Amino acid sequence: MKSIQELEEIRNRMRDQMATREKSGGYRIVVGMATCGIAAGARPVMRALIEELQKRNRNDVPVTMTGCIGVCRLEPIVEVIAADGSKTTYVKMDENKARRVVAEHIINGNVCVDLTIGAAEKQAKSKE
Amino acid sequence: MHFYRAHVLCCAGTGCTSSKSLDIISNFEKYIKENQLENEVKVIKTGCFGLCAEGPIVVVYPEGTMYVRVSPADVKEIVEEHLVKGRAVQRLLAGHDKTAEVSQSLDNIEFFTRQKRIALRNCGVINPECIDEYIARDGYSALAKVLTQMTPQQVIDEVTASNLRGRGGAGFPTGRKWQFAANSKGDIKYVCCNADEGDPGAFMDRSILEGDPHSVIEAMTIAGYAIGANHGLIYIRAEYPIAVQRLKIAIQQANEYGLLGENILGTGFSFDLQIRLGAGAFVCGEETALMTSIEGKRGEPRVRPPFPAVKGLFGKPTVLNNVETYANIPVIILKGAEWFNTIGTERSKGTKVFAVGGNIVNTGLVEIAMGTTLREIVYDIGGGIPNGKKFKAAQTGGPSGGCIPAEHLDTPIEYDTLTKLGSMMGSGGLIVLDEDNCMVDIAKFFLEFTVDESCGKCPPCRIGTKRMLELLEKITSGDGEDGDIEKLEELAKSISKSALCGLGQTAPNPVLSTLRYFRHEYEAHVYDKKCPAGVCKAMLHYHIIADKCIGCGLCARKCPTSAISGDKKQPHVIDQSKCIKCGVCMESCKFAAIYRG
Ligand SMILES: Cc1cc2nc3c(=O)[nH]c(=O)nc-3n(C[C@H](O)[C@H](O)[C@H](O)COP(=O)(O)O)c2cc1C
Ligand code: SF4
Ligand code: SF4
Repeated sequence: MKSIQELEEIRNRMRDQMATREKSGGYRIVVGMATCGIAAGARPVMRALIEELQKRNRNDVPVTMTGCIGVCRLEPIVEVIAADGSKTTYVKMDENKARRVVAEHIINGNVCVDLTIGAAEKQAKSKE
Repeated sequence: MHFYRAHVLCCAGTGCTSSKSLDIISNFEKYIKENQLENEVKVIKTGCFGLCAEGPIVVVYPEGTMYVRVSPADVKEIVEEHLVKGRAVQRLLAGHDKTAEVSQSLDNIEFFTRQKRIALRNCGVINPECIDEYIARDGYSALAKVLTQMTPQQVIDEVTASNLRGRGGAGFPTGRKWQFAANSKGDIKYVCCNADEGDPGAFMDRSILEGDPHSVIEAMTIAGYAIGANHGLIYIRAEYPIAVQRLKIAIQQANEYGLLGENILGTGFSFDLQIRLGAGAFVCGEETALMTSIEGKRGEPRVRPPFPAVKGLFGKPTVLNNVETYANIPVIILKGAEWFNTIGTERSKGTKVFAVGGNIVNTGLVEIAMGTTLREIVYDIGGGIPNGKKFKAAQTGGPSGGCIPAEHLDTPIEYDTLTKLGSMMGSGGLIVLDEDNCMVDIAKFFLEFTVDESCGKCPPCRIGTKRMLELLEKITSGDGEDGDIEKLEELAKSISKSALCGLGQTAPNPVLSTLRYFRHEYEAHVYDKKCPAGVCKAMLHYHIIADKCIGCGLCARKCPTSAISGDKKQPHVIDQSKCIKCGVCMESCKFAAIYRG
């Protein structure tokens, strides 16, 4: 025998679980998971992202996969797409960086500039 | 609680199940395990997505990628490519053959963007065997709201204000029906659901019950509260085993959760629900016949009044509504009558689900706002007529309805306009006919159906429709005589007036409406002994054009009955008494010297 409160609880719990199936208003994370990405370690990065989001009850942020973006040397690549469609591309990701992106970018809204593709390219140039 | 990064939704509706969707599901489970994704990806059985021509359908969320015509053998590739590597399997994407630019998302396919889904809101989205998923989509919130915040009269007022009309055919205002039943005095009252769905080709109700059974259960409980009934019955045809199974599971879950049964949600209101299987007779969809059938008697209609709202099942006040009508109720309660009134037209509010079939590219289920034009359904949502053929007419309302010809393609679809055109909304069958369909033959098809299904209780229907069918058979076999068309019309009109129930009263409609728009086709059959569409075989003749025939003799050698004769290098002739109209000669002639007419 359920009460109205229990109904409410089931609703909230299930809503979170089903959130991946609906477009969320906020961020969306895309992980490059082609052969190159997987070889470079995209799978643990993906798991770290999911774990971190779950820990913070942010199941509304879908983590999806995509194919090869074309810059395989910078894999694993993670893209964070905001509600307005603007993209931030993080490169050479690992588990720790992934956790940082969730904490700083997704939760607090601050782009981790040093992990972005722009920073990586700059660094590569200064080394030459 | 576990979080899955992806959900694989696989249609387990009747259409797709018959094309192996259960094997697809088990293959998904197998390969997902093989790739160690079982903690990341969840496979879910859902109801019909509505694009049956393209079934079996698999949708992968969160991207919403829709795969069509999936076979069990494709599953390995989808798992390895899409779920492991994140690359959509292009060749299986919806719309793959049609456009170079593939649409990867369900939401961008025109078939879906043009629709407005209220009754089908959960079909293809939730797992119909999981009550929690229904609850997550606001399921049972309407029931909770009704039981705790509204009086029965307020519920009826809300439904009345929504202007919802019955989706089972007649389009009677649902709120008014509930009011009548509420006003009837009685210690016992019943709420019934009509899931008989007898129209040939219609499967809207089946899809709702297979894809979202809880919405009907919730709505019936609300109706029970509104009219003061504690018992509900769903009358469903036994030919719908999946729907029956899903309903059983859903009823059991609702009982376990205390959303059905004694003291629902602790509010003191009790309502129980049972299933009654019908043997699938069309006439048992008629409300009085349905109730006599539930009572265990022969399913025959009786004279109304008294109406069921006063004297229905077991002589008690009863509300009977159609499955789709019920599916609208929880949304109306939650979003309000005012919201519902913003959808549709002046006199028809909300949406209607159609089972679109016949000569159209996207056969399947569509839910459109009332007032959408036939042109939009056929061309924008339906993808047009295959093989570049010309649209001739759309048949709506099944054996009780009629056809809408090309000149009325821009008519908005709603109850009153369809009736004015001589057709009717019906329960939602929509069959698209093209230039190759003979309208007399179509009328005959529907009349054969009604003659078969007539219960035989009253003479106008039992004898009259038989006489009409005989006339149609006479006309289509080339024996029509002057006066036959007029006889058909006269019979049609008197049957409409004198038959006891809706079956007989509406049985002549397919004839009347084809006569109204395509009288010339009837006349061509009767007076010229010709079937303009080339369907009625008796009237087909193959002829050799003497000017074009070079006398090669190829046709004569191919003809299975040696009906063709002629000297070498001389024009040949066909002996009509021997010809069996197989058409082989026409296909074989290299000089286009043979024609059909
Ligand atoms: C011959 C005949 C067959 C019918 N078959 C159905 C049916 O299969 N399903 C249905 O919902 N209504 C059917 N109806 C209409 C019902 O009698 C009744 O009007 C309807 O179920 C009421 O529900 P609604 O007001 O929600 O439309 C049929 C009517 C006739 C005359
Ligand atoms: S109209 Fe036909 S189906 Fe209806 S009661 Fe008469 S005989 Fe039976
Ligand atoms: S239609 Fe068939 S039977 Fe008739 S003449 Fe041609 S080949 Fe012979």
